[in-house]
Amino acid sequence: MFEFLTQPWPWYIAGPIVGLTVPMLLIMGGKMFGISENLRHVCASCNIGNVEFFNYDWKKNGAWNLTFVLGVIFGGFLGGYIFANPEPIQLATSTVNDLRELGITDFTGFVPAELFNWEVLGSGTGLIVLVLGGFLVGFGARYAGGCTSGHAISGLSDLQLASLIAVIGFFIGGLIMTWFIYPIIL
Amino acid sequence: MISAKDFLKYLSAGTLFGFVLMKSEVVSWFRIQEMFRFDAFHMYGIIGLAIVVGLISIQIIKRRNVKDLEGNIITIPPKDPKQVTRYIVGGSLFGLGWALLGACPGPMFALLGSGITIIIVPIVAALAGTYTYGALRSKLPH
Repeated sequence: MFEFLTQPWPWYIAGPIVGLTVPMLLIMGGKMFGISENLRHVCASCNIGNVEFFNYDWKKNGAWNLTFVLGVIFGGFLGGYIFANPEPIQLATSTVNDLRELGITDFTGFVPAELFNWEVLGSGTGLIVLVLGGFLVGFGARYAGGCTSGHAISGLSDLQLASLIAVIGFFIGGLIMTWFIYPIIL
Repeated sequence: MISAKDFLKYLSAGTLFGFVLMKSEVVSWFRIQEMFRFDAFHMYGIIGLAIVVGLISIQIIKRRNVKDLEGNIITIPPKDPKQVTRYIVGGSLFGLGWALLGACPGPMFALLGSGITIIIVPIVAALAGTYTYGALRSKLPH
């Protein structure tokens, strides 16, 4: 059992569990799975400047989802700290080679140590990755009305055309960043 | 604000989700690179199977008028597909951020729990992004 909890899970085990989150939340209380909505709830909880978009009862609408996120943090603690996999991630050789050429050398953790540490904030690249990356995730998710969970998983599961368009957008942006912008900034 | 029962329900659902995100390595910056480089099937397998399972579940829920634990019939509000601009432009901006940071909102929080404290910086930046969208919303094309 301990081994099952520490070793990485293949896609055919993880995929269905992620998918089951959708009916689980619907049955628990008619809730639609979507993580980025919580960023809005946090903004609404302190609504500086009285922005209309954040004028709603965030406790009534968002308490369940903020609780869910608290669980995600706890799940991250269990899965990534208590039952952490001691082995490095088995990545595709081509990805490793491409990233080595871009100057990434440490492949041991979940994130490259070169880009994710407190010292890197002093550098231009670190600021771009962590600050601009985070900003675009938050801005884009609300502009598009959802993120990977809300559109790619929940929306596509419900055959929403809007979500399909959004997911196409996710890939337009993601491919441009990976193939054209990352080689310049790294 | 939230009853103890609801708290435990949603906390455990989130814990399971966060745990799977870690075990499946979806939280890995490298896995996102692999996905956008089309070098591995891993991420596509996870998202694809998640959609299949979600789709079948939602069909069953809709066709059988399944009620939630509170006794209400489950309804899913549709999204407006006519707002193409917001989905393409907003979606692309999100995609740029997703690939740049190598994490979307779920993994950001799971990574925080795993002890990668620097992820607080992009979480705060994402809150700033959300706030900026809210402030500019009426001026943006949707």
